[in-house]
Amino acid sequence: MSTYLGLPTFPRAAESSTVDSQLRANLRNATHTIRDKRAAAIGELSDWPELRAHAKAVKDHTLRHLDGYLEQFESAVVAAGGQVHWARDAAEANAIVIALVREAYAADAPPAGGPAWATGVGGSAARPGGAPWAEVVKVKSMATQEIGLNEALEAAGIAAHETDLAELIVQLGGDTPSHILVPAIHRNRAEIREIFRTRMPDAPADLTDEPAVLAAAARTHLRERFLTAKVAVSGANFAVAETGTLVVVESEGNGRMCLTLPETLISIVGIEKLVPTFADLDVFLQLLPRSSTGERMNPYTSMWTGVTPGDGPSAVHVVLVDNGRTGVLADEVGRQALRCIRCSACLNVCPVYERAGGHAYGSVYPGPIGAILTPQLRGTSSALDASLPYASTLCGACYDVCPVAIDIPEVLVHLRGKVARGAGHPVEKAAMGLAGWVLRSPRRLAWAQRWAVRTRRLQPKRLPGALGGWTDTRDLPAVPDESFRDWWLREGAE
Amino acid sequence: MRIALFVTCVNDTLFPGTGKAVVRLLRRLGHTVDFPLQQTCCGQMHHNTGYDALPMVEPFLDTFEGYDAVVVPSASCAAMVREAYPRLAAGDPALAARVAALRVHELSELLVDVLGVTDVGAYFPHTVTYHPTCHSLRGLRVGSRPHTLLSAVRGLKLVDLPAADECCGFGGTFAVKNPAVSAAMCADKVGHVLHTGAEVLVAADNSCLMHVGGALARQRTGVRVLHLAEILAAT
Repeated sequence: MSTYLGLPTFPRAAESSTVDSQLRANLRNATHTIRDKRAAAIGELSDWPELRAHAKAVKDHTLRHLDGYLEQFESAVVAAGGQVHWARDAAEANAIVIALVREAYAADAPPAGGPAWATGVGGSAARPGGAPWAEVVKVKSMATQEIGLNEALEAAGIAAHETDLAELIVQLGGDTPSHILVPAIHRNRAEIREIFRTRMPDAPADLTDEPAVLAAAARTHLRERFLTAKVAVSGANFAVAETGTLVVVESEGNGRMCLTLPETLISIVGIEKLVPTFADLDVFLQLLPRSSTGERMNPYTSMWTGVTPGDGPSAVHVVLVDNGRTGVLADEVGRQALRCIRCSACLNVCPVYERAGGHAYGSVYPGPIGAILTPQLRGTSSALDASLPYASTLCGACYDVCPVAIDIPEVLVHLRGKVARGAGHPVEKAAMGLAGWVLRSPRRLAWAQRWAVRTRRLQPKRLPGALGGWTDTRDLPAVPDESFRDWWLREGAE
Repeated sequence: MRIALFVTCVNDTLFPGTGKAVVRLLRRLGHTVDFPLQQTCCGQMHHNTGYDALPMVEPFLDTFEGYDAVVVPSASCAAMVREAYPRLAAGDPALAARVAALRVHELSELLVDVLGVTDVGAYFPHTVTYHPTCHSLRGLRVGSRPHTLLSAVRGLKLVDLPAADECCGFGGTFAVKNPAVSAAMCADKVGHVLHTGAEVLVAADNSCLMHVGGALARQRTGVRVLHLAEILAAT
C-alpha cells in the first residue's frame, strides 16, 4: 500500500469529495443501483439469516485452526503438481513473484544476481529506461493491490496489464481504485471514454461513451495481451484446504482467459482466504455474488487444483501472504475483520462512503471494511490511519448487510479506543477528561447546567475552533430556562 | 407500575421538555415515575469516541437497579446500556450479572411491550414525519412501535419519510470530527424531510434531532423537530 503514504487524513480528503459534484453524482448513482440490486437478490433467499450465520461460523472455525488448514492446503496443492510460497509481507511476496516471472521469461530476463531493480530484492530500486522484458496479465485482485505488486513489477522491468475492465480504466488513468468491487466507481462513462481516447494507443477513432462500445474497445486492446503474456497473476476468492483448489469469481471472462491461456499462473492469496472443504463453497458461492453484484450467480466461477497436464498452465504457483494478518488474528475483537470475503456490500450501503468516495480512505480497502481493516494491517501511527476508525457515524448499515456478520461498528469503537489510548489529540483528551469529570457527579453536572443557564445571553451563535464545524451549517439548540433536574426538584416530584 | 426515568444528560441539560413529557405521559397512563437524582450520563459519548466508559457503569447500576422498569427517551442511550454495557462488564462476572439484571426500555418499547398501550390518548393536529434513528432502527430494532403509537394520535397525519433508514449524519462526535460528510448527509435528510411537506419531524433521539433540526432552523425551513414523547404527551 506504499502508493498511499503521505495522503491527507480522512476528514480533509472527504471534505474535497463532498464539493465534487461529478464524483457525488457518480457515487450516488452507482451505490444506489447496486444497493437496490443486492436488496432484491438477498430478499429472494428465505434462509439468508441461516446462510449468514453458517458462513460466519465456517470462517471463525477456519481462523481458529488456520495453522493446520494452511499446511493441509499446501500439501494438497503440492500433491496436485503446484508450488506454494510463503510471504511474510508485501516485499517478500513481490520478490517471489518477480523471481517466478524471471523463471518463465528465462531467455529474456536480465542476468541473475543482477541489480536490485531486476530481482526485486532490497526494495523497488528505480530501473533504467527501456522496454519491459516481460509481460504479465492480471486478474482483478485485492491482494495484489494491497502489496503494490504492479508498482514492484514495473520497477523490475515487467509490464503488468490489468484485464478487468474497471481495473484497466484505473490503470490507464494513472489512478487508484476507489471501490473493492467496482474500482472505477468514481468515473462515469464520459470520463472513461476520455481515458481510453487519450491513454489507450489502439482505441478506435470513433469511440463513443456507449458501454458496449467502450467494452469492445477494451476487449480488442486486451486480446493481444492474453495471447502474448507467458505469465498470469491472480488473487483468489477462496482457497480450499481439503483439495488445494483455488476459486476466482468474476463477471467478464477476462479472469478465465488469464487462468487458462498463459504457461505460468501465480496466485497471490491472503492467508484468511481458506475454507476447510469443497462443500463449504456451497454457502459462500450463494452469499458472495448476491452480496456484491446483486446477482444470483456470477457469470464466471473458475476453479483449479494444481496442474492439469495438457490443459491450462503448466506451472501453477500459490503465494500465501500474511502482511499483517496474523497480527489481526491476535486481536480478539478485531479478528472478525478476517472473515471478510470482499463483497463490498458494506461500501454500497455506507452513507459516509457514498459522500466521501473511496480515495478518501487512503487505502486499497475503502469504506466501512477498510476503516477497520487498514488500521489493523498498517497500524494507527499515521494521522490518516488514526482518522479511519472515526470515518463512520456507527449507523450500523454495514453490519446489517455483511454476509459474514462482521460487527463493523464494534470493531470501529474498539479501534477508536486504541487511537485514544495512543498519542491522540491533546485538546480532545483534555475536553473528554473534563466532560467525564463533570458527568460522573450529579452535583457537578447540576452546577454546570445552572452555569449554562445563567450565561445563556453570553453564549456565541458560532462555536470556535474544531467545534465550528457544527455551527457552520446548523443552529445551536437554545439553552432552556432550567434543566430537567431543577424542574423536578421544583415541581416534578409528586 | 413504578418506573424510573433515565432522562439522559443531553435531555436533562438541553431538552428538559422531553423529560417532562415522559413524566406527564406515564402519569396520565396511571403509573408512578421516579427520577433518581444521582443519575448523570450513560457514557455513550466517551465510549463511542474511544474513551473508557467503564467508570459510568457502576454509578448507573447503583442508581437504576431494582426498578421494575427504567425508561429512556433516547434510543442511542438505551442501546448503550443494553449493548455496550455487557461488553464493558464482560471481564467482571459480578458486574456483568448486575448489568444483565437491568430492565432498560426505550420509550416506545416501554409503552408497547411492557405497558401494552398503543393508544396513549394524545391529540396533536399536525402533519408529522418520523425519522427512525439508527439506534432505534438497527440498534434496538424498535421496528414499527413508534408508527403504531403515532398512528393512534388524534388529529395527527403521519407521512412517510423517503430514504428513512439512512443515517442523518450526526454520529455523536462524528459531526465535529467529520463536519463536511456530516453536513452532506444532513443536507440529504433535510431534503427528504422537506419533500414530505410535514410541519414536524419526530424521532426517538434528541441528539439526531438537534443536528437535523439545527440545519432545518439555519435554513429557515419552518419545519420544527419534536421528540416522540412530546407528541405522545400532547392532549
